Amino acid sequence: MIMGISSIKVERMNTETLRKEERKTSKTIRISGAEAIIHCLLAEGVDLIYGYPGGAIMPVYDELYKFQDKLTHILTRHEQGATHAAQGYARVSGKVGVAMATSGPGATNLVTGLADAQIDSTPMVCITGQVPRHLLGSDAFQETDIVGISTPVTKWNYQVTNASEIPEILAKAFYIARSGRPGPVLVDITKNAQFDELDFSYEKCTGVRSYKPVPEPDLKSIEAAAELINNAKKPYIVFGQGVILGEAEEQLKALVEKAGIPAAWTILGLSAMDTEHPLNVGMVGMHGNYGPNVLTNECDVLIAIGMRFDDRVTGSLDTYAKQAKVIHFEIDPAEINKNVSADVAVLGDAKRTLELILPLITKNEHKEWRAEFAKKYQIEYDTVIKKDIEPTKEGLTMGEVIEQINKASGHKAVVVTDVGQHQMIACRYAKFKESKSNITSGGLGTMGFALPAAIGAKMGAMDREVVAIIGDGGYQMTIQELGVIFQHNVPVKIVVLNNDHLGMVRQWQELFFESRYASTVMTNPDFVKIAEGYHIKSRRVVERSDLKDAVVEMIASKDPYFLEVRVEKEDNVFPMIPSGASVSDIRLK
Amino acid sequence: MVNGSNRCSQTIIDMERQWYTISVYSENNVGLLNRISGIFLKRHINIESLNVSKSEIEHVSKFTIVIYSTEDWARKIVGQIEKQIEVIKAFYHTDDETIYQESAIFKIASHLLFDERQIQNIIKESNSQIVTVSRDFFVLAKTGRRHEIDEMHDALEPFGIMQFVRSGRIAVTKATMPITNILEEFHNQ
Repeated sequence: MIMGISSIKVERMNTETLRKEERKTSKTIRISGAEAIIHCLLAEGVDLIYGYPGGAIMPVYDELYKFQDKLTHILTRHEQGATHAAQGYARVSGKVGVAMATSGPGATNLVTGLADAQIDSTPMVCITGQVPRHLLGSDAFQETDIVGISTPVTKWNYQVTNASEIPEILAKAFYIARSGRPGPVLVDITKNAQFDELDFSYEKCTGVRSYKPVPEPDLKSIEAAAELINNAKKPYIVFGQGVILGEAEEQLKALVEKAGIPAAWTILGLSAMDTEHPLNVGMVGMHGNYGPNVLTNECDVLIAIGMRFDDRVTGSLDTYAKQAKVIHFEIDPAEINKNVSADVAVLGDAKRTLELILPLITKNEHKEWRAEFAKKYQIEYDTVIKKDIEPTKEGLTMGEVIEQINKASGHKAVVVTDVGQHQMIACRYAKFKESKSNITSGGLGTMGFALPAAIGAKMGAMDREVVAIIGDGGYQMTIQELGVIFQHNVPVKIVVLNNDHLGMVRQWQELFFESRYASTVMTNPDFVKIAEGYHIKSRRVVERSDLKDAVVEMIASKDPYFLEVRVEKEDNVFPMIPSGASVSDIRLK
Repeated sequence: MVNGSNRCSQTIIDMERQWYTISVYSENNVGLLNRISGIFLKRHINIESLNVSKSEIEHVSKFTIVIYSTEDWARKIVGQIEKQIEVIKAFYHTDDETIYQESAIFKIASHLLFDERQIQNIIKESNSQIVTVSRDFFVLAKTGRRHEIDEMHDALEPFGIMQFVRSGRIAVTKATMPITNILEEFHNQ
């Protein structure tokens, strides 16, 4: 017995010492800054990066060549593609995505991806090369102030000018990117710092003294929230990406089920809860579902979880949920009272705060209130949904394509969308069983996001089906990334819903600019031939009778597959809250 | 009608606007000023005065920023400043809640000191100090509220000012700023 205890003690001591050693590679080795960068990436568990070489980052690429058995580098065809691929990888895996580029234009091409990752809270580390320290500020070849340029679109950024800074700064970069509310970090490294040698040892970052990633939950606010929820007659949950980032899907489901509260998603919250769950009532926002929007202004307690009341969600703030008490579960204190004032703010990580509130919640069913959502759904089904997914008119609709993909993939696919009509239709109709399955550019609305993001998503979840759904406009913004799919045989499925228009802008022109279609009509190339040029299996669908077979063939394919579907040219997405109108004034047609 | 109602809400916003002193305690890192000023830029708010210096805590910098804004905006801006990784804590205060001053330096031709007797009276009455006197010029320093410096400037202007410069506002608050406690909390995490 005594022997037993002491041996356990010894064992524990050993593991503690081991852990310490794991944290701190106390062995110091003399290596170049460029090699140190690779060791840092490996120490952070990175095995895949996206990027594009160039003069100021060449020492690092030389090391990538030497370490290619441990660290795969995917050459995207444009640096923007590298950022979106890293984002897709991060969103599907929950890990930090990494992108690399050279100085000057390489670095500036990262900006759109950084801004997208910043507004959609995606963990990403971008490493850029920079001209040597002695040339900084001299307008040297391919010099640009990327730290200055990227400041407003990064969670943190830093310029390394000395090789010895590399381990500490990269450790900090990964820690900041993934902790708290995640976001993009850019580290700019001058060429001399890549060439120079340092005494390398790596210690993971566990804290930054001026930065508190997760606020400590306040039990009083949790009790106050529980009391509001327990006394509510018409409680309503709107959940966002905070649930996915905080891995609080189980806790959300438990709360929804215990309290019998109808729950709706924001576009980035989609897939946090099974879309077929009886309490999952649909999407909020400009093109969200009818009930979830209209009933926002009828609920008595609005429970916002990990969402930030974006203007596309709220419509006019003057008429948004004024009748309701608002409870805001949020990790970022700056979001509290930013757009909608909270009666009770529950700060903290969603998983933790939901775990804390669950025991305080009384069981309930709210049958009558839930019936309101069902009634509204029926209205929306009769006027909009039926026509979208089971159309009887001649032209193909985007909705029926999504419906066929749902059927063929069994609600298990990761769906990556671009921006515009197809995105709204996909987010309205795609079905999801698993979390981290809906990948889209929500906050920034970046056309060209989907194709590279789908590449990253597939590489981040090789065992999952990844379907990119893209409009003909956005597709042509990053179409060159077909080269990556071809070169590495990345088995993504690409569906282009081609209406020969920039459909969403055209819809607004029709509704608000008297159908003056200024620069929204597109004369498109033969997309099938382009895919064939990259040796990607491809097919075009123009008839309804051909659709199901084509989608089934695409999903069954073990190889990358391109499917173009010619859809009705001038269909509109409804319901719609006109810009600046109230959620109550959502239009069904 | 639409214009009219817009003007009306604009007037309400104007009425709610006042001076706020924003105090930011931060690490002393390259680029942080750019990051902080970007938050004002993003909301299209003009920085009326800016001062950066060391603070009462070793290795901690203090930004003192003056804006003319509504409380709602001051609060949101402070929230977004505080969110920056290297910012330890940010506060906003009204003029009533702070003790604040600015400094100014005047360079004036030396002969005026003897030719214009009135200048000696201005120096005495304004409570300013002569920093240096040379054959060609002398330098006056004045510390005080902005209107006091403005009054002194107006008084000296008719005689000719060779150079004038005024600093940003510096301020301390009447209430305590528990930065040391916050740093300890960070440390003990």
